[in-house]
Amino acid sequence: MIKISKLVKQYGDFTAVDGVDLDVPRGELFGFLGPNGAGKTTTLRMIAGILRPTSGTVQIGGVDIAKDPIAAKMKLGFIPDRPFIYEKLTGGEFLRFVAGLYDQEGAQVEHRARELLALFDLEEWRDELVESYSHGMRQKLIISSAFVHRPEVIVVDEPMVGLDPKAARILKDLFREYTNRGHTIMMSTHSLEVAESLCHRIGIIQAGKIRALGTMADLHGTAAGSGGLEDIFLKLTGENAARALVDVLDA
Amino acid sequence: MPETAAAAHPALHDGARPDPSLWHLLWPKWLTARARGTGEKRGRGARLTILAVFGFLFWSFVFGVLYRLLLYFRGVEEIGPLLAGKLLGLLLVGFFSILLLSNVITALSSFFLAKDLDLLVAGPVDWLRVYLAKLVETVLNSSWMVVLMAIPMFAAYGIAYKGGWWFPVVAAAVLIPLLIIPGVIGSAVTLTLVNVFPARRTRDILSVIAVLTAGGIVLLFRIVRPERLARPEGFRSLVDFVTVLRTPTAPYLPSEWAQNATMSWLQYRLDYLPFYMLWTTAAAAVVFGALLHRTLYLKGFSKAQESSARWARAGMFPGVASRILSPLGILRRELVLKELRLFFRDTTQWSQLILLAVLVVVYVFNIKFLPLRGEGITFFLLNVVPFLNLVLAGFVLASVAARFIFPGVSLEGRTLWLLRSSPMSMADLLWSKFWVGTTPLLVLAVAIVGVTDYLLAVAPFMFAVSVLTIIAMTFAVSGLAVGFGTMFPQFETENAAQIPTSFGGLLFMMSAIAVIGVVVILEARPVYSYLRFQTFGEQFDSLEMGIGFGLAALLCGVATVVPIRIARTRLENVER
Repeated sequence: MIKISKLVKQYGDFTAVDGVDLDVPRGELFGFLGPNGAGKTTTLRMIAGILRPTSGTVQIGGVDIAKDPIAAKMKLGFIPDRPFIYEKLTGGEFLRFVAGLYDQEGAQVEHRARELLALFDLEEWRDELVESYSHGMRQKLIISSAFVHRPEVIVVDEPMVGLDPKAARILKDLFREYTNRGHTIMMSTHSLEVAESLCHRIGIIQAGKIRALGTMADLHGTAAGSGGLEDIFLKLTGENAARALVDVLDA
Repeated sequence: MPETAAAAHPALHDGARPDPSLWHLLWPKWLTARARGTGEKRGRGARLTILAVFGFLFWSFVFGVLYRLLLYFRGVEEIGPLLAGKLLGLLLVGFFSILLLSNVITALSSFFLAKDLDLLVAGPVDWLRVYLAKLVETVLNSSWMVVLMAIPMFAAYGIAYKGGWWFPVVAAAVLIPLLIIPGVIGSAVTLTLVNVFPARRTRDILSVIAVLTAGGIVLLFRIVRPERLARPEGFRSLVDFVTVLRTPTAPYLPSEWAQNATMSWLQYRLDYLPFYMLWTTAAAAVVFGALLHRTLYLKGFSKAQESSARWARAGMFPGVASRILSPLGILRRELVLKELRLFFRDTTQWSQLILLAVLVVVYVFNIKFLPLRGEGITFFLLNVVPFLNLVLAGFVLASVAARFIFPGVSLEGRTLWLLRSSPMSMADLLWSKFWVGTTPLLVLAVAIVGVTDYLLAVAPFMFAVSVLTIIAMTFAVSGLAVGFGTMFPQFETENAAQIPTSFGGLLFMMSAIAVIGVVVILEARPVYSYLRFQTFGEQFDSLEMGIGFGLAALLCGVATVVPIRIARTRLENVER
């Protein structure tokens, strides 16, 4: 459902994403892990059509996003890591606006919007301007906006940031149910626990290159002898940082 | 753990308190300003050159006008210095009022809404340091424009009255307290208001009050027609006139002290009292401001963190607007509705409409009182006025477009992720911004030109030409505003009012004025020939009219479409 080939993104001399190949089939929840600055967000923003690749292609449901962006984006919902939204719209109006961007309106959209807001305990805030929402509430609203038009693919960058435990749990269940119904989700996260418990497959990116890719069992094989995902992650991305931290505290 | 921390920080262990200096608190601001100045290397030379040229032209203009006037005053026996003093007093009262208003608004941002406040208030920083740092920030941010205006003004006075090499020091000694006093008063007013209303609501209230006051001052100033007071023949005798000039306008206002201090130096009879009044008042104001800050600031800052209840009731608007806009389709309708909601819910945006209304009233008022009847008013002059009217109306439109249409794409900066990741063409976004801006602008344009042409009693032909031309110009100006606003975006600026003052805003204004000028020039000759044909029966060439009007229409069409096309490509390549 998401197919990226030889994807490269350069900012001047710096290569943020360096020849990434990835194929996420329909119905899969794919976890995208990596240290800070590894190229996760850049990759996701290229998939969402916000950044243009220096080279390589991105296909959503078989449609090349560079060649036919409108058709590709019709299948897509994007949840960014920084929840900036229109401060002077109410939550309800924002969801209606997003549905409108996908050419959807009417009773069905209203119904879905109400359901999503109720799911995230935002129903009472429906008619309140976004400027009075907390960070977590904005994150919930953005998540709701990605679901309101029922996309085939959801690309989500750090979904758990700012969410309370209840909302985080709801989101996990929502993601699981969504993929069970044949939709596809590609998610970046720093929460290894979330990735381990939720994702069908995991990709680990470092310095713009995919270092490991596969199911948890595959990753165990790649980082032979490691225990949980945290050990695998540290082994693949370098344990030096953790050791350095201890040194700093001891100093 | 406490023992470990104390051991690691001997200063804490000894009971000494950290004491960051005032400069330390201002240092990040200085670094930010410096980074802003040195960043964005691309096109910096061109920007600086254009800004320098415009700055020089502006200064030269202000200096030139004032200098000539002051030379004239110098030549008038007895009342010359009085007139010069009175004029300086008027200018300084204007500065003082502007400074008061601008400090009240700026203080709200710097004392209560700035992003560095959490750090400062949570840090071990003495309250007085915070107050002084924020006061300096407020005064600098709200006064730089007045200072830029004051430089050519004082220069004109200094040179015309031979103030000597020490005059710049005297001018600085006058100006600095004149900036500090309204800074302290503005901050104190804001501090008090924030303790009564929530900060965000205070911002709304303040912006409306400020705009209403500014509009009221302009309107009042225009309606009393001060040009009549400048005619001595209106007074019964010269003695009355001199008495009026000698009477202090506002003896308790610092601007009056500043006027007296400056004129006493320029007339070689130095009077220390006004300097003393200015500096002691400024010092006392800072002390009282600091005391008020100590009493009210923390309570106000805490209150500023609370958001007021901001419910947006459905009402009639969404249903009616949706029905009216339904032919546009769902996507475009939602884009237009979003634009309207954002505009009318943002007090800082819609309140500008009040100023716009004032501007229009003043404009129409000026046209109404133009001396276009009586001797010496030729056929040519009568018909040049409607054309001049078109240029001026076009200039008003360009200013309005710079304020309301030009910032449109910049304001999408933080939400661009949503628009870029959705299945919407950037052309749809740009055209929705174009139409949302153009429709009210069109109403304004046709109203201004229609009413003023009616007041000028122009012929039906000129009326039709004016209205059609202003419609075409409106499209062109809007297209340029959307285009330049996208080509030179200010994605990081949160304050829409600052966006038109950017380099792109300047380029937009220059292009818009150029288009307006060329359109008027293209139409002027055929229209003049036609009017001579109608009035005096002279020969008239219809081909000339066709070419003139055709080229003007073509230029407006190109100015409407081409910038938006370029902007579309630019927006599609924006990476954020």
